[in-house]
Amino acid sequence: MNDDIVARIEANPKYHELVSKRNSFGITLSILMIIVYYGYILLIAFNKEWLATKIGAGMVTSIGIPLGVGVIVFTIVVTNIYVRRANTEFDDLNAEIIKEANRK
Amino acid sequence: MISKSTRTIFALTLGLGVAGGALAAGADLGNTTKQATNWVAIAMFAIFVAITLGITKWAAAKTKSAADFYTAGGGITGFQNGLAIAGDYMSAASFLGISGLVFANGFDGLIFSIGWLVGWPVITFLMAERLRNLGKFTFADVAAYRFAQTPMRTFAATGSLVVVAFYMIAQMVGAGQLIKVLFGLEYTVAVILVGVLMMCYVLFGGMTATTWVQIIKAIMLLTGATFMALAVLWQFGFNPEALFAKAVEVHSKHDAIMSPGALIKDPVSAISVGMALMFGTAGLPHILMRFFTVPSAKEARKSVGWATTWIGYFYILTFIIGFGAVVMLTQSPDLYYVDGDLAKGLKGGGNMAAIHLANAVGGNVFLGFISAVAFATILAVVAGLTLSGASAVSHDLYATVFKHGNADSAAELRVSKMTTVCLGVVAVFLGIAFEKENVAYMVMLAFAIACSANFPILFMSVLWKDCTTKGAVAGGIFGLVSSVGLTLLSASVWEAVLKNPKGSALFPYSSPAIFSMTGAFLVIYLVSKMDNSQQAKLERSLYPAQKVRSETGVGASSASGH
Repeated sequence: MNDDIVARIEANPKYHELVSKRNSFGITLSILMIIVYYGYILLIAFNKEWLATKIGAGMVTSIGIPLGVGVIVFTIVVTNIYVRRANTEFDDLNAEIIKEANRK
Repeated sequence: MISKSTRTIFALTLGLGVAGGALAAGADLGNTTKQATNWVAIAMFAIFVAITLGITKWAAAKTKSAADFYTAGGGITGFQNGLAIAGDYMSAASFLGISGLVFANGFDGLIFSIGWLVGWPVITFLMAERLRNLGKFTFADVAAYRFAQTPMRTFAATGSLVVVAFYMIAQMVGAGQLIKVLFGLEYTVAVILVGVLMMCYVLFGGMTATTWVQIIKAIMLLTGATFMALAVLWQFGFNPEALFAKAVEVHSKHDAIMSPGALIKDPVSAISVGMALMFGTAGLPHILMRFFTVPSAKEARKSVGWATTWIGYFYILTFIIGFGAVVMLTQSPDLYYVDGDLAKGLKGGGNMAAIHLANAVGGNVFLGFISAVAFATILAVVAGLTLSGASAVSHDLYATVFKHGNADSAAELRVSKMTTVCLGVVAVFLGIAFEKENVAYMVMLAFAIACSANFPILFMSVLWKDCTTKGAVAGGIFGLVSSVGLTLLSASVWEAVLKNPKGSALFPYSSPAIFSMTGAFLVIYLVSKMDNSQQAKLERSLYPAQKVRSETGVGASSASGH
């Protein structure tokens, strides 16, 4: 890789904007995912009774089931939210940075 | 603490859920009896083989260079790669194992499927684009980017091969046991068949053939599972509550299947297993390798987006399938239960729930289809594993360590192919050698090693500027040794395999990850911090350029420039 290009990219404030925006978005979503997943696991470890509560009178479905399916759906949704934002907003910014770096 | 029997189920199911192989491993399927030869299933499987060999022939014409062999020339789209990744991950056993667990315990099956899914967002947010931007053929390209090549590559290749070996044994044993039940053929025949077919795909078609085998299999599996789930829901007017109510009524455990059972009692084990699954996925060489088959970081992200979507959808289906089996199989005990007696369990073992349900909803032809899919699944996963093992040997060890990066593409390709043959022969040999062994712990061990050895070095080398070769190698070795050592001392090996008395295992938890992975990170941190050598200074000075490339993709291998 060309050292000039690296230096120009590093000098570009947009590069730092990209890195901090994308990374903080990724880290925020990661933490959210970890809280949701380990929260669910710890709920199972410490409060089975609550998870076994029925969702309505006379019903058999317990709270834990929609909640568990909810964790699966949440996982799919956050992943795709990240992919969408990274592939549009962040990639546009990235393209600008590369364009500016290649312009002498 | 988790009781002994539940712990066995726990270990068994972990094995089952991820890789096809451990399927046969434990008490559950280990004692399966050979069933009558199922010609419909064999015919369906033969069609699958014919199609995939045709694709291999087409792929062979396109596989000329090492780049074609490892990464299909980098020309796979994000959507295709997403399906292929899902294919790698949705094994026969996650299909049969999770639906079998739901069939036996209800709710607990859901807990497992969630565990296997949650690693994907982490890969997406932290790894996918960086892997694509820095790497070329193997994850060692990324981990060793700015480091001393020989020690890093040697370690990364070792880590890959160890993970591949454990995963592979479990797959081969599973294939043999599965074919006994599904097709009514001999164990040895099945193992040799898997070995030979897998070698054909990889040897002649490289990554192109392997990818398309995965894609076809993923589509077949998703279609079959969707049909089964819809057939079940249709009977209950698409009202899950009605399905659950009927299941509670007929299941021997009644209302207990609606609440978490005994699988998770001990929070340390729960967290530790969760860590192994979550971060282990990001350290599996055959999964990581898939990120180099797409042309850009954008496509790499799309891949994981699609993969996560398909895998999550698939786990929801297996949950419905498990409950459907509870309701529908008990209606005809003569057909599906040993001696027609509910108390004696399913014919062929508990993991046959989905297979029997296929018969119940779609008759013998659909049963044949699902059986063929299950077997094709193992075949495809084994091919992916072999390819990643071969690339670790030829690209990391041969081309980089022995030839110092000066090997020509043709020679590297030759070594890959020789390694593929060796791995195929070794896999068949191990599959036969382990026929009667308990291999339930092996998939979990592969995940523990992946999250303790491969993931930390990858993560730290890419994201931490002060990381050095010495730190990464020391931490990686710590992770590898401690994850293997603690697994050896845990009940799943110490008691279940080595036949020591119950309760004598020194390590009381279900997975070593909480200690071995944390330890690996700590060792990388401390050793890197203490490393003040010239080499370390050079490595740190190379970080900004690495970061620019990993974040922006400037200088990344392009599809054509591979």
